Amino acid sequence: MSNRNSMNQFFDRLSRKKGTGSFISSLVAIGIGLIIGLIILLISNPREAFAGFFTMLIGGFNDGTRSFGNVFYIATPIIMTGLAVGFAFKTGLFNIGASGQFIVGAYVAVLIGVKLPQLGGFQWVLGILAAMAIGTIWEAVPGLLKAYLNVHEVIASIMMNYIGMFMVNYLIKQTVLNVYTNRSLAVAPTANIPKMGLTAIFPGSSINGGFLIAILFVILMYIILEKTTFGYELKACGHNRFAAKYAGINENRSIILSMAISGMLAGVGGALHYLSGAGVYIEVVDVLAAQGFTGISVSLLGMSNPIGVFFAGIFIAWLQIGGFYMQRYSFVPEFIQIITAIIIYCSAASLLIRNYLELRQLKKDENLTADSDGDTADIVNVENQGGDK
Amino acid sequence: MDMLYLLLRQTMYFSIPLLIVALGGMFSERSGVTNIALEGIMVMGGFTGIYFINQMQSQMSGQWLLVLAIFIAMAGGLLLSLPHAYASVNLKADQVISGTALNMFAPAFVIYIARMIQPSGIANVSFKNTFFIHEVPVLCDIPVIGDILFKNTYITTFLGFFILIVSAIVLYKTRFGMRLRACGEHPHAADSVGINVYKMRYIGVMISGVLAGLGGLVLTVPISTEFKGAVNGYGFLALAVLIFGQWKPMRILWASLFFGFMQTISAAYSAIPFLLNLNIPSEFFKMTPYIATLIVLAFSSKSSKAPKAVGQPYDQGAR
Repeated sequence: MSNRNSMNQFFDRLSRKKGTGSFISSLVAIGIGLIIGLIILLISNPREAFAGFFTMLIGGFNDGTRSFGNVFYIATPIIMTGLAVGFAFKTGLFNIGASGQFIVGAYVAVLIGVKLPQLGGFQWVLGILAAMAIGTIWEAVPGLLKAYLNVHEVIASIMMNYIGMFMVNYLIKQTVLNVYTNRSLAVAPTANIPKMGLTAIFPGSSINGGFLIAILFVILMYIILEKTTFGYELKACGHNRFAAKYAGINENRSIILSMAISGMLAGVGGALHYLSGAGVYIEVVDVLAAQGFTGISVSLLGMSNPIGVFFAGIFIAWLQIGGFYMQRYSFVPEFIQIITAIIIYCSAASLLIRNYLELRQLKKDENLTADSDGDTADIVNVENQGGDK
Repeated sequence: MDMLYLLLRQTMYFSIPLLIVALGGMFSERSGVTNIALEGIMVMGGFTGIYFINQMQSQMSGQWLLVLAIFIAMAGGLLLSLPHAYASVNLKADQVISGTALNMFAPAFVIYIARMIQPSGIANVSFKNTFFIHEVPVLCDIPVIGDILFKNTYITTFLGFFILIVSAIVLYKTRFGMRLRACGEHPHAADSVGINVYKMRYIGVMISGVLAGLGGLVLTVPISTEFKGAVNGYGFLALAVLIFGQWKPMRILWASLFFGFMQTISAAYSAIPFLLNLNIPSEFFKMTPYIATLIVLAFSSKSSKAPKAVGQPYDQGAR
């Protein structure tokens, strides 16, 4: 067998793997999104379009280690909300309520951060644990409603978003309001997650140990989904709920647990963002937390896979930092959201791309079979591939 | 009594947009396409309509301007519904994801556009409200109904009821309506008797785009003097209305009146002495519509009669 042949075989096998197809279609979606974005820039301001576009693309490189570290700082909460949305997606559920879970988690973390400085170094740990608990409860409500009363989880989660937002606004006013800025009070220094040496690598940035905690959750979720029976049951429910039922999997239990864990992850996101020591405070405004919705993009772009979510989170954070520096030109940061939305739309349509890849593969196979004069290695090759399917 | 009329009139301001948007959603879902993008489409329609008023109000005013703005808002909504139809019908994409993408796109897009094209560079589009009808001659003298519907009102209220009647007739009494429903219940059976499922679904989504776009304008005009690039979850409330209304026009009317009333309480509680005296914090009043939605859905979803094929891409080759 010639060297070229084995190379071909390698690429054949690679393109046959489901993951590669998803990865390629994600890349194509990003490409299309960026091209349409450039067109929008060219239409709105042709003179500065390319400079602005370039600024966005180089994202974290705009301001040395400061902006580079900030990419990870921005990525931390949206990786968590992305994990949250992705985890529910694996069970076939759409947790559009990450925003609400994020903000209630943020509130309890800030509350503990302000009120319990006597805990010392344990304060931030307790803040995160409390955020986990409240996030779990917050999304378990739609989970229970879905499992036992057949309430559509999208509508229920959206309603929980608004209830959470108004509730947190009320509670902040009651407990931890800074009346001069209409925001939450600053947490005690011990409530901030330790830097864990990361600022030494990225001087000047707001990166902190929260990023490492997010990585920990990425690994944990990967293990749960891919290596445990529990994760397998959840995925089975998402794949075909009737088949899962016949296999003896308790569907209601899966729905509730999947939603609860999803809520927990988003709640942690809230704690990591507001205990970051970066000088962010919960604002008392009637606006839903953006990180919850960005989490949806992150999860879709990462194909709901924890590892994918991790990289998608960094990618979106990269764009957001780029969007921040784009304001040097006459562009507004909403542009990043437009591009993200287009990318998500394209990834929803990615079936088209995947179908195209499969079709091309099929044609290639046919060509190979037709080419019966070729050496025997090719024929063996084809037979092997037939067996792969 | 005056207080009650005030509340009921206020209820109309909130109920009519919910009614119109939910009816739009009904056409889409009855054809078999979940339209979670109603929120984004409302934003788009609201923006195009209000921006049109903003630009034209120096030359014209009153009902004709509103009528023109209505058509513009419908066109804006229609435009944004097309990508959803394309993704759901042609690309057989996940309809919830495509809808979410549009919900993300619309508010960002309108704020971007507003900040780019308005000389002031601000995101809000302001307008002068010259559309208020103090009372409709003759009809306002009808007892009770005259007080609720024909005083301090807008033509959009009547438009809402008109759309309701037309929708009910179209859905139940025309060939088109029956075909549309067939596509949402059993697309393969519909296809086997020669109905073009793809075409029907396109039309269903486009109708929802037109009505949701209109809904965005109808929501903004009576209660505000500027459009801020958001409709505060009304598109999702309309979806809840649709579910609570069991995908049936008349039930959707009652559901939207209920939700509109809840919204009225949350928005106007400070004008009602009884509620104000309860000393409940404003946040809890603002929560009422959303909590009410959860409770109502908890009781009404068990026996949900959603169209059977809703959300499933139609594939001619599938069995």
